[in-house]
Amino acid sequence: MENKGNGRAPVSQKPHKIELPLHPEYIGGSVKVQINEKEIIVPLGTTILEACKKNNIHIPTLCHHDDLCIAGVCRVCVVEIENMRTLQASCAFPITAPIKIKTATPMVRKARKNIIDLLISEHYGECYSCFRNNNCELQSLAKEYGVDHYNFGHVQKPRFKIDNSSYSVVRDMDKCILCKRCVRTCIDLQEVGVLEAIGRGDSTHIGTFFDKQLSDVICINCGQCINRCPTGALRANDPRDEIWRAIDDPKKHVVIQTAPSPRAAIGEEFGLEAGHSMTGELNTALRRIGFDKVFDTNFTADLTIMEEGTELILRLYNALVKSENLNKIPQFTSCSPGWVKYLEHFYPQYIDNLSSAKSPQQMFGTLIKTFYAQEENINPADIVTIAVMPCSAKKFECNRPEMVDSGFKDVDFGLTTRELAQMIKETGIFLPELPKSGFDEPFGEASGAGLIFGATGGVMEAALRTVVELVTGKKVENLFENANITPVRGFEGIRYVELPIEEVGDVPEMYKKYFSNWNWLKGATLKVAVAHGTANAKKVMENIKAGGIFSECHFIEFMGCPGGCIGGGGQPIPTNAEIRAKRAEAIYKEEEGLPIRKSHENPHIAYIYENFLTDGPCGHKSHELLHTKYIKRGEYIA
Amino acid sequence: MKKPKVRNGKILFSEYTLGEGVRKALTLSREDILFEIKDSKLKGRGGAGFPVSTKWMLGAAAIAERKYIICNADEGEPGTFKDRVLLVEYPELVFEGMVIAGYAIGAKFGILYLRGEYEYIRKSLQDFLELMRKENLLGKNILGKEGFDFDIKIHLGSSAYVCGEETALIESLEGHRGEARNRPPYPVNTGFRGMPTSVNNVETLSCVPHIILNGGNWFKNFGTEKSTGTKLFSISGDCEKPDVYEWEWGITIAEMLEKVGAKNTKAVQIGGASGICIPKSQFNRKIAYEDIPTGGSIIIFDKNRDMLKILKNFMEFFVEESCGQCTPCRIGNTKLLEGVKMIENEKYTFAYLDKLKDLGKTMQIASKCGLGQSSPNSFISILENFKDEIFYHENGDANGK
Ligand SMILES: Cc1cc2nc3c(=O)[nH]c(=O)nc-3n(C[C@H](O)[C@H](O)[C@H](O)COP(=O)(O)O)c2cc1C
Ligand code: SF4
Repeated sequence: MENKGNGRAPVSQKPHKIELPLHPEYIGGSVKVQINEKEIIVPLGTTILEACKKNNIHIPTLCHHDDLCIAGVCRVCVVEIENMRTLQASCAFPITAPIKIKTATPMVRKARKNIIDLLISEHYGECYSCFRNNNCELQSLAKEYGVDHYNFGHVQKPRFKIDNSSYSVVRDMDKCILCKRCVRTCIDLQEVGVLEAIGRGDSTHIGTFFDKQLSDVICINCGQCINRCPTGALRANDPRDEIWRAIDDPKKHVVIQTAPSPRAAIGEEFGLEAGHSMTGELNTALRRIGFDKVFDTNFTADLTIMEEGTELILRLYNALVKSENLNKIPQFTSCSPGWVKYLEHFYPQYIDNLSSAKSPQQMFGTLIKTFYAQEENINPADIVTIAVMPCSAKKFECNRPEMVDSGFKDVDFGLTTRELAQMIKETGIFLPELPKSGFDEPFGEASGAGLIFGATGGVMEAALRTVVELVTGKKVENLFENANITPVRGFEGIRYVELPIEEVGDVPEMYKKYFSNWNWLKGATLKVAVAHGTANAKKVMENIKAGGIFSECHFIEFMGCPGGCIGGGGQPIPTNAEIRAKRAEAIYKEEEGLPIRKSHENPHIAYIYENFLTDGPCGHKSHELLHTKYIKRGEYIA
Repeated sequence: MKKPKVRNGKILFSEYTLGEGVRKALTLSREDILFEIKDSKLKGRGGAGFPVSTKWMLGAAAIAERKYIICNADEGEPGTFKDRVLLVEYPELVFEGMVIAGYAIGAKFGILYLRGEYEYIRKSLQDFLELMRKENLLGKNILGKEGFDFDIKIHLGSSAYVCGEETALIESLEGHRGEARNRPPYPVNTGFRGMPTSVNNVETLSCVPHIILNGGNWFKNFGTEKSTGTKLFSISGDCEKPDVYEWEWGITIAEMLEKVGAKNTKAVQIGGASGICIPKSQFNRKIAYEDIPTGGSIIIFDKNRDMLKILKNFMEFFVEESCGQCTPCRIGNTKLLEGVKMIENEKYTFAYLDKLKDLGKTMQIASKCGLGQSSPNSFISILENFKDEIFYHENGDANGK
């Protein structure tokens, strides 16, 4: 589904390609092996690790990650194979013959113990001063193998400088164990390629181009590397101290907005299984922590749909009717800051295709320091806005120099799900047991359309619900059961959907100043696509470049992270396809039960267009406050 | 084309006329060539000693749009310089060996991966390839053999020792960091650019034209039952006549020392830094795959040498030359070097040294490639064979009785 082993990783890291017969049951399709004396039959090419997992045989791993291509470098997963002189890394060994495997012989155990001891000897620092304490794979391994002292000594001095130059990702290479998960994430899963091993022998380390600091290279801040780091070498740039200071300052009015994805995942930080939505409990927790107001980012997600949807309609009108600005079609979504920066670096020539609408986070920031400050009569200079996001790139986004349309920094801090969980714990609260509560006025509860922004395909679904109804005048429910536009849902890397517009309705009041009827759309087929993870985005972009089917799309949703926001770089660790699917499920389930499920039906949205953004979506005022510009970064502007 | 004979040897350093081997080979079928090689029991001369016929048969059986023959001329093992001699003095053997390999396996492309430090011979090798093209020993329809095309390119390495390891070499050829790959899949199945690739040492390939000319059976006249043919030895260290020699497999260390005029020899390092250190008491052992196998590096130490210093030198080499990807080799070598320094500074416990030896054994079986698997060899063998000198400071000469 996602990009495992299909990206730019060297051949050596890709799964072994084996010509298989059509069906595993045909001759040559599977092979009988012995694992710890037990006979099992596996499809040809299965790795030893996979075979063991399926048979409930535990093998410790460190460099292996379910989302990533093969490395075989930590050597913790070695096993013994009869008649082979050396031990073999089970994660990398494809079974192609009837071999006999033993997974826990004295030789194997000794080797694993020695390897863990070696890793620990070079792992600087102490567990209790590490933010990954109790959620560290090296620590767990040490426990599993009963490490009770430093067998081969322990580094006493740091060897590297912590790189906290980036707004998003902090690198502490003294905690790095060179598993190269981050390297494989960056080059293969995401196809960005900022990180690579540098140097040889004992000076090997993970670095960037010429060992520049992260803020000076083409990192897109997606934080996927953080999610896959087994230790404390990678983390997000943590603003907790400053946020506590603001909360503790009685002069400050501290306002927090929460995105949909953190709610679907934060329970994991409190020991719950993935897939529990904690919206109500989280609101209560935020109030107990001391935030003055708790708002729902989904409100500005609804607003984004209004702005971005209108923008799409206007772009289509210009292109189809006036033959103007044809290069602005397809319109690309712009709410994922990782994706936006990826495009700015790798496809700067397509900057005009990006919707100029700000992301929900940034729209909210602007509104809080303008509309809300006005309504509540608070000096915007005293307001501190915080955004709880599943994302590390949101930290970069709120620091983009152009994000000051309110006259102040629109969003002061981006806070990840992980960091918020930490703040809740520091407050002494056990989240799952809290009573539920709602969101604060004047933004109140938002629509379900905003909620599903969290999963890949969600923005598209939300936009379609609104655009289809505005154009056809008919209920989406007539077209899709229960208004669930399932063709755009799911986890395939890229999805493509066509929607014929057979009938058109009346032009809504807010669009009458642009055109009087929808006839120009009658009989047209709306072509849309969804891609998640920048590796998939790259495929779509290359297809557009080559004039393929995606170049004929009208609207494309791009998300920087695999799975969309629910798999964001600020989400709880660990992550894998199953966890991401459960988080998405939780979001869709919660959404089905909401009273309002379309952005244009949200009464608070109507209120804000009536009372504040009075010249309507994409009008003058919203252009000033809710839209933005991008930079053609290319390779050189970081 | 005859050249003045500067060296003496039974196979490689014997007379040879350019084109003989390829001409004969092209009169044979591919199967016949594979059979002759199998019959000769030729094993790889690069260090690992893998049977050439097995590798080539796998290569020949593989179905792919392209196949590659790579000649491994990275010659990075400390103390070896015999491949250079072949490349300078007998390039026809090396290149013809590649052509014959290409014919046998069904490959059209040959690559000579030349050690970075050997850049100065690149020009002459290129000129030689040009000459072979003129003679139609390379190019299209070689020597009139319809449909057999083969050509050779030279690729200069960047002087990393690990790039002599065949999969790291391929990574390097592809433009990646020189890091060993996971095996399986082996290069004969998935090699350069994912295609079947046979990687062979310079000396291995150089044997091939002679075997084709004279037959596998003839080749078996030399050497021992299990180690057929001759071997080139790069002899260096404390002796009167350091040089490259061609001797039959099965020669004992003592015989060798005698021939090169080594006196008061205390120890011989066989196989370079990754090899083992043999004390005087074992000088009657044979150099052969069945006793002490080697890629040909022989370093002689006389009684004035300090074995600990030698060991330290080797360990420093590995700490620097490990590609750094896998844990046992990257950190393990550092720990072994630390151990050597502890002994040097007289701050050690025997218990800790035992731990390090145990670690060495883990490195030998758990490292990802041959570098890490062989790097503890000298640590283990020197500490074991020279403990009197190293721990009890007894006169070096008295050691290893
Ligand atoms: C660290 C390391 C360095 C090596 N260096 C060389 C080398 O310089 N030349 C060489 O021919 N083989 C070298 N080898 C062996 C190769 O991996 C490979 O076995 C050899 O090229 C195969 O050719 P052969 O079968 O003809 O010996 C090295 C192996 C290792 C592990
Ligand atoms: S054994 Fe050493 S050289 Fe080989 S892969 Fe491991 S670190 Fe690299």
